Amino acid sequence: MKPVLVISDRDNVATALQPLEAGRRLDVNGVVVSALEPIPSGHKIALRVIRAGEAVIKYGSPIGIATADISAGSHVHTHNVASTRGRGDLEAPEAEPQPRLAEPSA
Amino acid sequence: MSHGFHGYRRPDGRIGTRNHVLIVPTVICSSVVAERVAAATQPVGTALPHLAGCGQLGPDMRMTHDTLAAYCGHPNVGAVVVIALGCEQVVAQILAEAARRHGKPVEILAIQAEGGTVRTTEKGIRIAQGLAAQIAGQQREWCDISELILSLKCGGSDYTSGLASNPSLGRVTDRLVSMGGTAVLGEIAEIMGAEHLLASRATVPATATKLIQIITRVETEARALGLDIRGTQPSPGNIRGGLTTIEEKSLGATHKGGERAPLEDVVGYAAPITRKGLTVMDTPGLDVESVTGMVGGGAQVVVFTTGLGTPTGNPIAPVIKITGNAKTARQMADNIDLDVSGIMDDSETLDAAADRLFDEVLAVASGRETAAERLGHREFAIHRRNPTI
Repeated sequence: MKPVLVISDRDNVATALQPLEAGRRLDVNGVVVSALEPIPSGHKIALRVIRAGEAVIKYGSPIGIATADISAGSHVHTHNVASTRGRGDLEAPEAEPQPRLAEPSA
Repeated sequence: MSHGFHGYRRPDGRIGTRNHVLIVPTVICSSVVAERVAAATQPVGTALPHLAGCGQLGPDMRMTHDTLAAYCGHPNVGAVVVIALGCEQVVAQILAEAARRHGKPVEILAIQAEGGTVRTTEKGIRIAQGLAAQIAGQQREWCDISELILSLKCGGSDYTSGLASNPSLGRVTDRLVSMGGTAVLGEIAEIMGAEHLLASRATVPATATKLIQIITRVETEARALGLDIRGTQPSPGNIRGGLTTIEEKSLGATHKGGERAPLEDVVGYAAPITRKGLTVMDTPGLDVESVTGMVGGGAQVVVFTTGLGTPTGNPIAPVIKITGNAKTARQMADNIDLDVSGIMDDSETLDAAADRLFDEVLAVASGRETAAERLGHREFAIHRRNPTI
């Protein structure tokens, strides 16, 4: 089984098909990337540098915006990517911050 | 060889994949009696217990009426018993008329008129058993695959949903539609972020516009609450499974609608699906409300993809569970009909998995029992938008 899967050649992230330990070297279609931190199975790893404000691309389409600079090999998830859709909280400064129901497990 | 299945040809020309006696409570107050009548006539008898039917205004009242009437007229139903209370808003006669219009025998009972729970339950059981005997002789006959309306659903999604089960189902959708059949996709919030892919397949510009308008409405409603849709989308389980944003979830979810099937129509909740090809229905993302709406629209079989596993069924339509997660297939084996986790470890191709699913859909349409049916999962919930008054 391949350790990671890239769905579209436009993507800047790959999906881990097994848990990746930090330091794991991956050859992704000719691009060599080392995991900078543990990546749980099913989670995403950056294939190249993604700057804060840049779109994160999976399935060939944007899945959100990077909220911080992301190095190649980093775990890409809710801590460094934000959705751009249905964000009523961004337009309502009076609104209380919503409690998150869960954080991703490590 | 032409593809098809053995179904029940109804007087209105539509085709059923099941032959139930449907026990319909008009209102929450008659739901328990309806459930008891159905329980005494299992497995033919099946009830639609619900929380609505009174204290509703305008659009919500109409949605309740239309959904219940749609089930009374549904081709998977052979006969109907309406259980009323007597003072509620939902009109029992309108539901009975929907059944009659589609050529089904129907009876009405009202708890206040019959004289209480015990008398109504006893009389209801006698009537339901009589109707069950009356429709028992109806035979299945060969029906072309173009008569099939397949509901496409996903729930408890994880990263395998977008990579294995949803693309397998998408291939089945493309194949079904190319053979003249119909598929319906709901869950507007889970199209958000992938609407450009579906809109580009609309056969007329007005359909694309309608899709975008509905998605904009859902997004505007979330904004109007001043809330972050991330409170529910993706769900906590989705996030643990590796899904980061609603856009990512939607792009994976929309694979269920295939890659080629033209988008023919966009319809309201539980509204009749009248055009062959792919239809999008305006349903919420909540699984049971979504399946309830798509079956109300006329779907006779549901395919439900899952990553983390979920038991949801429907009172009148078989729900087929398919997963690409090997652990879920093992741990929730009693809920899962089809394991396509081989796609994830390269031991099965997407095309081979899609072939198996296609065969399963036709076998289930012809009467094969699904896990949800075997386990008695018959969840039903009517969508509502407004407060109870």
